[in-house]
Amino acid sequence: MLGRTLREVSAALKQGQITPTELCQKCLSLIKKTKFLNAYITVSEEVALKQAEESEKRYKNGQSLGDLDGIPIAVKDNFSTSGIETTCASNMLKGYIPPYNATVVQKLLDQGALLMGKTNLDEFAMGSGSTDGVFGPVKNPWSYSKQYREKRKQNPHSKNEDSDWLITGGSSGGSAAAVSAFTCYAALGSDTGGSTRNPAAHCGLVGFKPSYGLVSRHGLIPLVNSMDVPGILTRCVDDAAIVLGALAGPDPRDSTTVHDPINKPFMLPSLADVSKLCIGIPKEYLVPELSSEVQSLWSKAADLFESEGAKVIEVSLPHTSYSIVCYHVLCTSEVASNMARFDGLQYGHRCDIDVSTEAMYAATRREGFNDVVRGRILSGNYFLLKENYENYFVKAQKVRRLIANDFVNVFNSGVDVLLTPTTLSEAVPYLEFIKEDNRTRSSQDDIFTQAVNMAGLPAVSIPVALSNQGLPIGLQFIGRAFCDQQLLTVAKWFEKQVMHVLCKKGEKEKHYKRKKITCHLTIHKSEGPVVSSHSMT
Amino acid sequence: MWSRLVWLGLRAPLGVRQGFTSKADPQGSGRITAEVIEHLERLALVDFGSREAVARLEKAIAFADRLRAVDTDGVEPMESVLEDRRLYLRSDNVVEGNCADELLQNSHRVVEEYFVAPPGNISLPKLDEKEPFLHS
Repeated sequence: MLGRTLREVSAALKQGQITPTELCQKCLSLIKKTKFLNAYITVSEEVALKQAEESEKRYKNGQSLGDLDGIPIAVKDNFSTSGIETTCASNMLKGYIPPYNATVVQKLLDQGALLMGKTNLDEFAMGSGSTDGVFGPVKNPWSYSKQYREKRKQNPHSKNEDSDWLITGGSSGGSAAAVSAFTCYAALGSDTGGSTRNPAAHCGLVGFKPSYGLVSRHGLIPLVNSMDVPGILTRCVDDAAIVLGALAGPDPRDSTTVHDPINKPFMLPSLADVSKLCIGIPKEYLVPELSSEVQSLWSKAADLFESEGAKVIEVSLPHTSYSIVCYHVLCTSEVASNMARFDGLQYGHRCDIDVSTEAMYAATRREGFNDVVRGRILSGNYFLLKENYENYFVKAQKVRRLIANDFVNVFNSGVDVLLTPTTLSEAVPYLEFIKEDNRTRSSQDDIFTQAVNMAGLPAVSIPVALSNQGLPIGLQFIGRAFCDQQLLTVAKWFEKQVMHVLCKKGEKEKHYKRKKITCHLTIHKSEGPVVSSHSMT
Repeated sequence: MWSRLVWLGLRAPLGVRQGFTSKADPQGSGRITAEVIEHLERLALVDFGSREAVARLEKAIAFADRLRAVDTDGVEPMESVLEDRRLYLRSDNVVEGNCADELLQNSHRVVEEYFVAPPGNISLPKLDEKEPFLHS
């Protein structure tokens, strides 16, 4: 039951095959068993059970609220949840209990979803590994998968089984680990520079970033106001569409949401043929650091589209090499402004110094923020200094326009969807990841994902195959602004093509245990032209 | 945001504030002088804490300098991707509020309906007025 898709479980609930309470209990018990992943900061057991009880009543009376009624979900810990601690994985907000729900959380609760808990992240969503929060790093469930461990046993140098665990990617790593480990069916993440798509690719999930302005940001503790979007992590595209259908829409509390009429509900049509589709492959995304496996999968995916009749063309996004630099400047500048609200006076951590307001603020902030956050605040303030403002901040804003225009030009030339890699390679071991500092890692890992945030476009990462090490690799589709439905339709078609080969071989199953616990994932070799071997959830 | 006051050394229980050896540029580029460090710390009300942090800032600046290579003549800065859209204004009616109690609950120091702040308008001392520090 836990391995099914959201739609399947929803049907099971409606038919009475399982009750929301039983489902909730199963998820809670699995959360306890997978505690070593450190995916959850707060597990809201009582709240979830109470919600499950109410959902059960509704089902008994035949009054279910919809597809999400009774479905366990998790929320990243930078979304405000009324009555439940919201920390952003930072000392600054430890013990902070918001008095309100973020709009997206409220919408999910209004649909009857069960809130399992708040997931772990990088502190204030700054990072690309989910390793820098105060509650510790998140471990990738795939570190414990059968494929990965079998591959490693072939390596004579592998020692202690647990020292080589892999990162989930970031910053919504906890959400990704929670969904990937079957503890919930969907999770909310936030996406500022790829923070939903990056962990989705590393954990074998669908990571969807909606168009900027489609989903409300009210209640999402802001990192970069002009680029943040709530993201959705699920195990298949259809599930992401169901969640998006619940979340999309204008919000009077968020003036950056658009009020255009949106096609609701988000029922994705099944694309029969792709012959009218034009796929763009940006040539600047072929960088030397791209691993050969990802490159080969990217190329095979392009071939797949072509073989099915779509038009696949090479396009150019000329300012790609500057986009990560531009992102870095804009991000740190907005962070410097957004983090200014944390002074200890009205909420959050407060130090004991009472000599003066300035001293109190300074000490509170020193105690509350970690090095990464402080580093970004200081960099941001540097770029915003009077003497630097024109040369850095305004310059970056101009470059942002050039980057956004690049995308507009490409889409105007007839391209419907862009196909790119999501990450440079598969998930790396934690010990490898921490060899470089947060900023360097972010500038390396966000390379394919942040340009999309700067242009405000929708994008989705789809798991495509397993690497030679047995780890998931994802590819990214980028769509036109506010054409989220079209993007997801194409993604769904692609997902089906990739899965098509799998399903021929029969059932695949995944158990989860650890120590006395072993993780089984059956591997199927395919004979098809698309991918060499993969096994997805 | 904060007025430009001089920094007050924080010698309190929280640990000694890390300082830097000399006023001269600690390493490399010459861009981050002690004055800049002090200025940034005053503006941000966040301290560097160590020499590595200064080095990281220098690397970040060097990274950002790559933007100079882009030709942006005649390009307008972009503030928001939704710049071509009209901002929606809702009607001017009060629909929520009256939650003073809930909001006060989150603060550590409250007296009746007031948030309590330490006295303001007190200068923070300059960098060289501080006592000698440890270096990281």
